[in-house]
Amino acid sequence: MPSIISVQNLRKTYGKTIAVNDISFEVEEGEIFGLLGPNGAGKTTTVECMQALRQPDSGDIRVLGLDPRTEAQALRRRIGSQLQESALPDRIKVWEALDMFASVAPEALDYHVLMDQWGIAEKRKASFSSLSGGQRQRLFIALALVNNPEVVFLDEMTTGLDPAARRVAWDLIRAIRDSGTTVVLVTHFMDEAENLCDRVAIVDRGSIVAADSPQGLIARHTSDVRVIFTTDKGDLDWLEKVPGVTRVTRTGPRVEVEGSGPVLALTAAALVEHGIIPADLRVEQPSLEDVFLKLTGHAAVD
Amino acid sequence: MRTLLKLTWVEIKLFIREPITVIFTLALPLIFLFVMGGVFGNEPSQGDIIIYRGVGPMDYYMPSYYGLVMMAIGTVALPVHLAGYRERGVLRRFRASSFSVWSVLGSQTMVSFAIAVTGSILITIMGIAVYHPHLPVYPVQLAAAFVLGAVCFICFGFFLGAVLPSTRSAQGVGLILFFIMMILGGAGPPPEVMSGGMQFIGEITPLHWVIYMLQNPWLGFEWHTNASLITAGITVVSAGLAARFFRWE
Repeated sequence: MPSIISVQNLRKTYGKTIAVNDISFEVEEGEIFGLLGPNGAGKTTTVECMQALRQPDSGDIRVLGLDPRTEAQALRRRIGSQLQESALPDRIKVWEALDMFASVAPEALDYHVLMDQWGIAEKRKASFSSLSGGQRQRLFIALALVNNPEVVFLDEMTTGLDPAARRVAWDLIRAIRDSGTTVVLVTHFMDEAENLCDRVAIVDRGSIVAADSPQGLIARHTSDVRVIFTTDKGDLDWLEKVPGVTRVTRTGPRVEVEGSGPVLALTAAALVEHGIIPADLRVEQPSLEDVFLKLTGHAAVD
Repeated sequence: MRTLLKLTWVEIKLFIREPITVIFTLALPLIFLFVMGGVFGNEPSQGDIIIYRGVGPMDYYMPSYYGLVMMAIGTVALPVHLAGYRERGVLRRFRASSFSVWSVLGSQTMVSFAIAVTGSILITIMGIAVYHPHLPVYPVQLAAAFVLGAVCFICFGFFLGAVLPSTRSAQGVGLILFFIMMILGGAGPPPEVMSGGMQFIGEITPLHWVIYMLQNPWLGFEWHTNASLITAGITVVSAGLAARFFRWE
């Protein structure tokens, strides 16, 4: 797959604050690419530079072969933007906003379909100021898509959506990817990045600390699975001798066995052998959150 | 072009849905018309002191209130609208979707001009129906003066909207300018009864010159070349400053 976006050595400062230190990455055509990181990591600044909304201090950006610094208008016509901080006039109606934003592109989508897909058709005649946070968010995503963009930038798109609406949004974004649109997603939600993104770049303090598919990141940066159960039996030292087990932690009746390889099966067998048959034996696979904690040393939401 | 027309149509609807702006730009000048007409009628002044340029008060005020509508747009309605759009992120949203500065300002120009025309038609109908003033003597010159005056205050509004950072500051500065211009610029008491200092302040307001430019063809006086040149100058300077200081966010 050819790369459709290339960012090389991007740097942006606000006064003495370094928002983006030195970021480079490529996005391939037709993928969902995620920038994952805590608030203030520089994700939004990065995508705003890519959308020609901010001037980088240095570095080179190409989106669809265009330079945002010199070909801003041509670029904006071919991309879709859902911005973190923006608004519409209070008294504009939902359909009016979509109709107006569709007018910038000759090959715009039918906004009635978008209203149905994003669940705002019932609100078509409602004014922007009367919409709930989630409805506004869905309208903004629809506005980002209405000009039928080749690349769409979604900055914290599920903020304000309830869990059911988030799932629907993920499905719709996958469908957009499957129809050929490249998606650049900014998020601080681990589950969103893990579920939705084909590739993820973990951004921390203005730099990318790792980039790969979510599965690749998990495989490379974590190794241990955790087997968890509860028991009131006293002596469990023999557990540490089970092949593959690296650590056993006990908190009251709760036991956590960490290890790699087929540690679940071997632990289970050893437990049965010792007459312990816990009803709540379960395994926790490492997630993107574990990768994130390991690479950055802190949690995403701080 | 399609975006410009869509945006203009939406902005017209938004204007109609905003009662405060409608009252301020369209109803307030009518209220002044009836108050001043009720107090002074339309009899020209008698005696030694000539006021209202020697014509009937309502003959004087009809073209003045055309200027008042334009001035209300340029000092308050337009700057507050633009500063609010910038403050709330509406301009940012427009820009990200490749709306050009020309479609944003072009739509505001067309809507503002439409408001000025509507307000002036209301003043004309009400004024003629109630006070029977003189009709315009040179209507073509009046139309030219109207277009130049309206464009002048629209550019002035763009300038204020570009330099004032927030809705609050635009409301504050705009209302102060509005009242100074209205009272001293020729839409309030007759300039002849004001002190020298008040007259001087009046003469440095754009409204003073726009009103002269509108009054002369209405009343049958000679085209006021100085007033039209000064108005054109204010237009050019305002437009230049607006272009220089315009910010999307």
